[in-house]
Amino acid sequence: MSESKRYNLSIGSMSCAGCVASVERALQSVPGVESAAVNFAEHTAAVSGNVAVQALIDAVVAAGYEAAELHGTEDEAVEKEAAELTYYRALKKKTLVAGVVGAPLALMGLFGAMPMLEGSGRIFWAIVAVISLFVLVYSGGRFFTGAWKAFKGHNANMDTLIALGTGTAWLFSTLILIWPGMVPEEARHLYFEAAVIIIALINLGAALEMRARGKTSEAIKRLIGLQVKTARVVRDGKEIDIPIEQVGLNETLRVRPGEKIAVDGVIIDGHSNIDESMISGEPLPVEKRTGDEVVGGTLNKSGSFLFTATHIGKDTALARIIEMVRQAQNSKPSIGRMADKISAVFVPIVLLVAVMTFMVWFNFGPEPKSAYVLLTTMTVLIIACPCALGLATPISIMVGVGKAAEYGVLIRNGEALQLAGQITTVVLDKTGTVTKGRPAVTHLIPVGKWNEAKLLAVAASIETGSEHPLAEAIVTAADQRDLTLSSAEGFEAISGHGVQAKVDGRAVLFGNRKLMDDHAITLGDLPAEAARLAANGETPMFLAVDGAAAGIVAVADPIKVDSKAAVARLHKLGIKVVMLTGDNAVTAVAVAKRVGIDEVIAEVQPADKSAKVAALQASGEVVGMVGDGINDAPALARADVGFAIGGGTDVAIESADVTLMRGSLHGVADAIGISKATVRNIKQNLFGAFIYNSLGIPIAAGILFPLFGILLNPIVAGGAMAMSSLTVVTNANRLRWFKPEGSK
Amino acid sequence: MMSFIVNLLALALMGFIVWWFWVSRAKVQQVKGSEPIEIIVKDGVYAPSNIEVAQGARVTLNFTRLDPGPCAEKVVFSELGTTLDLPLGERQTLVLEPLTPGEYHFSCQMQMYRGSLIVK
Repeated sequence: MSESKRYNLSIGSMSCAGCVASVERALQSVPGVESAAVNFAEHTAAVSGNVAVQALIDAVVAAGYEAAELHGTEDEAVEKEAAELTYYRALKKKTLVAGVVGAPLALMGLFGAMPMLEGSGRIFWAIVAVISLFVLVYSGGRFFTGAWKAFKGHNANMDTLIALGTGTAWLFSTLILIWPGMVPEEARHLYFEAAVIIIALINLGAALEMRARGKTSEAIKRLIGLQVKTARVVRDGKEIDIPIEQVGLNETLRVRPGEKIAVDGVIIDGHSNIDESMISGEPLPVEKRTGDEVVGGTLNKSGSFLFTATHIGKDTALARIIEMVRQAQNSKPSIGRMADKISAVFVPIVLLVAVMTFMVWFNFGPEPKSAYVLLTTMTVLIIACPCALGLATPISIMVGVGKAAEYGVLIRNGEALQLAGQITTVVLDKTGTVTKGRPAVTHLIPVGKWNEAKLLAVAASIETGSEHPLAEAIVTAADQRDLTLSSAEGFEAISGHGVQAKVDGRAVLFGNRKLMDDHAITLGDLPAEAARLAANGETPMFLAVDGAAAGIVAVADPIKVDSKAAVARLHKLGIKVVMLTGDNAVTAVAVAKRVGIDEVIAEVQPADKSAKVAALQASGEVVGMVGDGINDAPALARADVGFAIGGGTDVAIESADVTLMRGSLHGVADAIGISKATVRNIKQNLFGAFIYNSLGIPIAAGILFPLFGILLNPIVAGGAMAMSSLTVVTNANRLRWFKPEGSK
Repeated sequence: MMSFIVNLLALALMGFIVWWFWVSRAKVQQVKGSEPIEIIVKDGVYAPSNIEVAQGARVTLNFTRLDPGPCAEKVVFSELGTTLDLPLGERQTLVLEPLTPGEYHFSCQMQMYRGSLIVK
């Protein structure tokens, strides 16, 4: 069988109509391609054939152009929903037909209004037999087909149990109808209504389960819903609205206030505040200017701007997030493996139990044996439900992973979700994790006739020529205050000490205490101030002009506003928090103290971080490592759960167990909270499914009969079975309302 | 006598269940080289469900789901840690790089649809 697929590609770097032929040739050269047509105006290509899309993209790239698949994820979701609705309606119809036939019969049985199996009563039952056969075929046919096909493949599934249970009931009843004498008079009970009602209940359960299942994937639907349908592109100087699928790479797009950004790109003109909360969970709008990246699906709040599309279709951050969440929802943690092993052998074991039940009642049961044998065997087959067992883990993972995504926490797989809740120690990198990772001027302490503005202006003027990372912070601070800078002459960097130059003809020294001492500058009270700042984790630098001290400029990597609260949340969860950093011990201890971190391991080379994590693991800790995903990569990989701090577009998404899109440490506590709630939910599901089966099957087999004379009605068993999977799905749905304690 | 026969039949049935579902094996479809394998997901089964491929060959599995039941919407390769979504009526391709010899099971999430990929 060979099926042809259609792909739409966006082609980049096509500068002339002549390129059309070479792109078409490149596409047609790919084995399996049946047709390829390039549209030069839209910079797209329509390709059909039995071929993988990547082969097409590779061929176009090899020919010297760019290509990406144009794809509408939303269409997929709509199609899926439509298919589910059709199936739901079909199930409802089948339930209704079986219910309309079964309910009156069951009610007649309940009130003792069933005709006897003689005279006109037999005609009544013959009609019932035919109608119930029709119902079994119409409403339950798929169980019989499925059971037979599975049997041929040496497999047994739910269909096997349902088909055997209801089929036996119908067959046995029909045999009694034809040959009443084959069983004693008191055993001449007919089970047509039981077979029909069981089929109705199972269809009803499947329909309700289908509805409930739809809700479990709401998180991903919400993400898919963020994708916009149209975009405003600038073509030939005109702004036109086109479907999102037709936006090409490197095209220029216009976004107005209040509009959603269509695809990923870089602003080329204008600025605005953009609400990225839907992608990153970050509640405050982010200011963006020319050269800044924008993410598709986010909301432009204020200004109008133009941007160039850098990622389209499946390559956008949103599409990748959707794909990652989808993959994580599909993965199974180890907690579900035992249930999988059991469900794999469950049905044949139930078949054996059913035969054993038959033998026990046949050999030791009271009279009328045939009635008891049929009733118990049928009930065992009907009540057993491996589906609840198999569904217990994946359905909760689906909701849990989606819930985490709502909080800006992207979890790579089910195993990471399971492990996150077991973390006993969280190891934090300092720069970029606890702190913002962007040094800034924190204190200006002028002396004598100097004021803050003058002090900063001179410091920034001398640092303009410096390449030191702290220099950038000082120049930025001066820029933000709109200070006028002078040019520095004779700039000289004194390694390890600071810099010197002439600014406006005056001799300026800027650096540490040693630099000042070497030039015999009198510092007065400034060293005491400097010591106080250093103890607070800041880096103080002295400024001297024409041989006299002017003041101190202190620079620090500011601590993120919510780091302290996030660490407190981790403590509340009983987790030890350790800082692991390459920075000097004084700065590290100062930062740790302000945030409330329990232990500091400072002056660690990036290569040694992994060994420190391993040492913690060796001492019995389950370690969660939080870093920026680049320098900390080995430690992230080594940890039981690696958390990468990064924006939605960061490459870190690809490399960690968990990505915190918001960049806040609250994400770690959120992930741990969601993990614990999800694992608890899975355990409830597994416990419920195990208990249901391990109590239900013996009761159905009649274990309570010798003591209490209790036997389960097969209709009750059918109802219980239908409800068991639904209960699991409904319990998983409870996770949708979960809110991690203390989350922001 | 009747009782003896019924018990004997019941025991034989139990023996048959054990033999059929655990001991004997379903028909295996052998695949030559790297040719793609078409698998139809319908009526509670994968057809074919047991596939034998040669060691060192790249395996291309094309799943087409015709079964609207939600159980069929995913196929899980537990040993390979891979799951493929199966939208109704669409053909989904899974390409596996050459695998080490052994048996790799695939199933729906609830282990009701089952199949295996045998690498020899």
